[in-house]
Amino acid sequence: MARPLMALPFASRLSAVVARALGKAACAVFLTVVTLAVMAPTPARAAPLSIGLAADVSSLDPHYLNAAPNIGVASHFFETLVAVDKDGQLVPGLAQSWQAINPTTWEFKLRPGVKFHDGSPLTVEDVVFSLERPASLTQSPGPFTGFTKAISAKKVVDAHTLRLTTAQPYGPLPLDLASIFIVSKKAAAKATTEDFNSGKALVGTGPFRLVKFRRGEAVEMARFDGYWSDKPAWESVTLRILPADAPRLAALLAGQVDMIEGVPGADVARLKKDARFRLEQRVSWRTLFLQLDLFRDASPFVTDNAGRPLDKNPLKDLKVRQALSRAINREALAARTLDGLGVPASRLVAPGIPGHGEKPAAEPYDPEGAKRLLAEAGYPEGFRLTLHGPNNRYLYDEQVLQTLAQFFSRIGIKTQVETLPLAAYFGRLRHADFSAALLGWGSLSGDFALRTLLGTPDEKTGWGAWNWGRFSDARVDADIREALASTDAGRRNRAAETAMNQAMQQLPVIPLHHQVATWALRAGLSYPARVDEFTFAAQVRPR
Amino acid sequence: MGHATFVVRRLLHGAGVLLAVSLLVFAALYVVGNPVELLVDPQADPADIARTVAALGLDQPLWRQYLHFLGQALQGDLGRSFIHGEPALGLILERLPATLELAVIALLLALLAGIPLGLWAGLKPRSLAGRLIGAASTLGFALPAFWLGLMLILVFAVQLQWLPPGGRGATRELFGLPALSLSCLTWDGWQHLLLPALNLALYKAALVVRLVRAGSREVLGRDYVRFARAKGLSEARVVARHVLPNTLIPVVTVLGMEFGGLIAFSVVTETVFGWPGMGKLLMDAINALDRPVVVAYLLCAAALFVLLNLGVELLYGWLDPRVRESRA
Repeated sequence: MARPLMALPFASRLSAVVARALGKAACAVFLTVVTLAVMAPTPARAAPLSIGLAADVSSLDPHYLNAAPNIGVASHFFETLVAVDKDGQLVPGLAQSWQAINPTTWEFKLRPGVKFHDGSPLTVEDVVFSLERPASLTQSPGPFTGFTKAISAKKVVDAHTLRLTTAQPYGPLPLDLASIFIVSKKAAAKATTEDFNSGKALVGTGPFRLVKFRRGEAVEMARFDGYWSDKPAWESVTLRILPADAPRLAALLAGQVDMIEGVPGADVARLKKDARFRLEQRVSWRTLFLQLDLFRDASPFVTDNAGRPLDKNPLKDLKVRQALSRAINREALAARTLDGLGVPASRLVAPGIPGHGEKPAAEPYDPEGAKRLLAEAGYPEGFRLTLHGPNNRYLYDEQVLQTLAQFFSRIGIKTQVETLPLAAYFGRLRHADFSAALLGWGSLSGDFALRTLLGTPDEKTGWGAWNWGRFSDARVDADIREALASTDAGRRNRAAETAMNQAMQQLPVIPLHHQVATWALRAGLSYPARVDEFTFAAQVRPR
Repeated sequence: MGHATFVVRRLLHGAGVLLAVSLLVFAALYVVGNPVELLVDPQADPADIARTVAALGLDQPLWRQYLHFLGQALQGDLGRSFIHGEPALGLILERLPATLELAVIALLLALLAGIPLGLWAGLKPRSLAGRLIGAASTLGFALPAFWLGLMLILVFAVQLQWLPPGGRGATRELFGLPALSLSCLTWDGWQHLLLPALNLALYKAALVVRLVRAGSREVLGRDYVRFARAKGLSEARVVARHVLPNTLIPVVTVLGMEFGGLIAFSVVTETVFGWPGMGKLLMDAINALDRPVVVAYLLCAAALFVLLNLGVELLYGWLDPRVRESRA
């Protein structure tokens, strides 16, 4: 369930232009003046709870567009059979329990006594309807059908039991179902996306009811008093849409909101010292790495030192890839370039996520060794390389690339950086237009990440959708296959870890860092920082 | 050339402009990329992607997609937003009141401040006040809008906490129409409106000051002003009857176009103040390659400019008898 890092561009920070203007120049000015603001009076208490979100929600229909901001907001109104806790572990949601009764059949037991916002009880028919609805929304550019396509048959056993059959043994089904929201069949049977936005069809089992959706501005909600689990501490909550960094911070400082997500890196240190606010931080699931062209003999952005094409592609040589990896001082990258909002990575999923492993060997920083490796590979004088990346997608993405260019240049690989707006970047990346390019990925399971990023690209299996560098290794493929087919969690995790270790020994991509997510709150509040970076009002508590 | 023929010809020109805009925007976004690649679940496999692309008709050649769009557009259907899943035109109209309100208030502020100050500076260019006004207007031009916006927020919202730092605040519907829900009808709405309107108005006010100052100085030297003075008219009447109307002609021309810009492209102010207007909608749509919204938006903006231009030309005739005569 790679909850789409890539799928929220429209909302991400802002357009390249404005983000530049606001993000850099303005922030610099802004921050110098924030010192003044620190002496301002204590912010007025914004009653009852108001949260500044960093991305816009495009629709309240929970099955329309599979984009993180939409999922984040929908989670206030709707729930899933399988829930995800703050550490990314699967926990019971609307399903009280589930188990594989044979390799291709999963049985889900529905939680009794759950009520929808309209007072009607949750039934197994609502669940079946909700599993089928994504496939009926054919006009969505980002459908949820990927999470339901493994299911080949559904069987209602009794009022609280549902059996789902898969064509092949498929271990990650519970994880897939953590992405499908359960809606009320009665309310949504004939509903359009507009009906959800107006509130007419927005009937879920979640902790909040919709009061008003003001598109592009705010979502107003009220506590659902018939909620089956811990009731939220707030009777009413407003989620304010504040995609630009400086205004979001200003809203917190002025007391207009009680809490913000996505605290700009440069402000973290300052807010830490301010007694009026608290920070919640943790390593997020978002892992950044450099993807490399491993299939062309003449790669488009690799040349010799005079700018002429090389007769073979140095990136195909493991020694060159090791040299690139050892040239990077990840500690410095995380501490300086990222203002501490990153931790060094050696795997494609974050620590704690299945497939990462307990303590994988860190990628060493060894520029001298890197130079030796380059010489051994036949490039004692280095070569020229251009790195590509987005300029408005990940924390400090452009600066990260510039830092890498300096590290690589120090070992003799003269490196340039070219960045593009996301809208243009992803398309070109997937068409393998580059030689080395930056990508970030957030996943709750190693086998999923590996299947898409490093599985052998194949139209039939659908693997390797983002493996444009065309890494291919039969043993890695076999381990991924075993992990995906294991309905036993322990076996699955072990297979995923083996696959990850196998793959990363060959450095088909160069892992860089895991991002750190930061929330800032009024001092009287607390929030359990989530690995998936979501902000859920129900989990904000007074201290 | 009669008045009606003039208007009809202008409208035909306008239709040509709209056609050209739609074609250009359509082709440009097609070249930038495919929205499905941007929006689809990253784990989707090539078959999933192909299915989605086909469902949205994005697998067709560009000319066929365009002709399909044109056929629908002629029936008044500008398509559905990819990311919102709602009709593009509806999304734009939903944001229109917020933007229009902000633009009108900003323009009024600019005129209310700009005309008297500009006249003063034009009539008494050597006075201290005249010089100060000139200097201040230069400053108004030079300050970048986002910086000024952030400063306004810092001073009035964060530091003094007199006004909210952003958002639209409470709205009320004029004549009970949801399409006319305005902030300026509530006290809370006014508090939210003031800073962004001020931010937008400052540059325009500086512009008005400059135009009025230059215009009035030029007009003051004209024969008809001297005659008017020679006839013994009071200074107030000379200014009100002769100087001001003649000064306003360039102001109307420039502000007519500037008003279009205020409505269609005040992205920076909307972003800084979290004002849910149309400019933000456009930026988000471009970022997501949400073609229906971008095309519908720019068509609306182009139509607006065409109409404003027409309005400005008609207004000229009213302000300047010579234009009226030559057209008749």
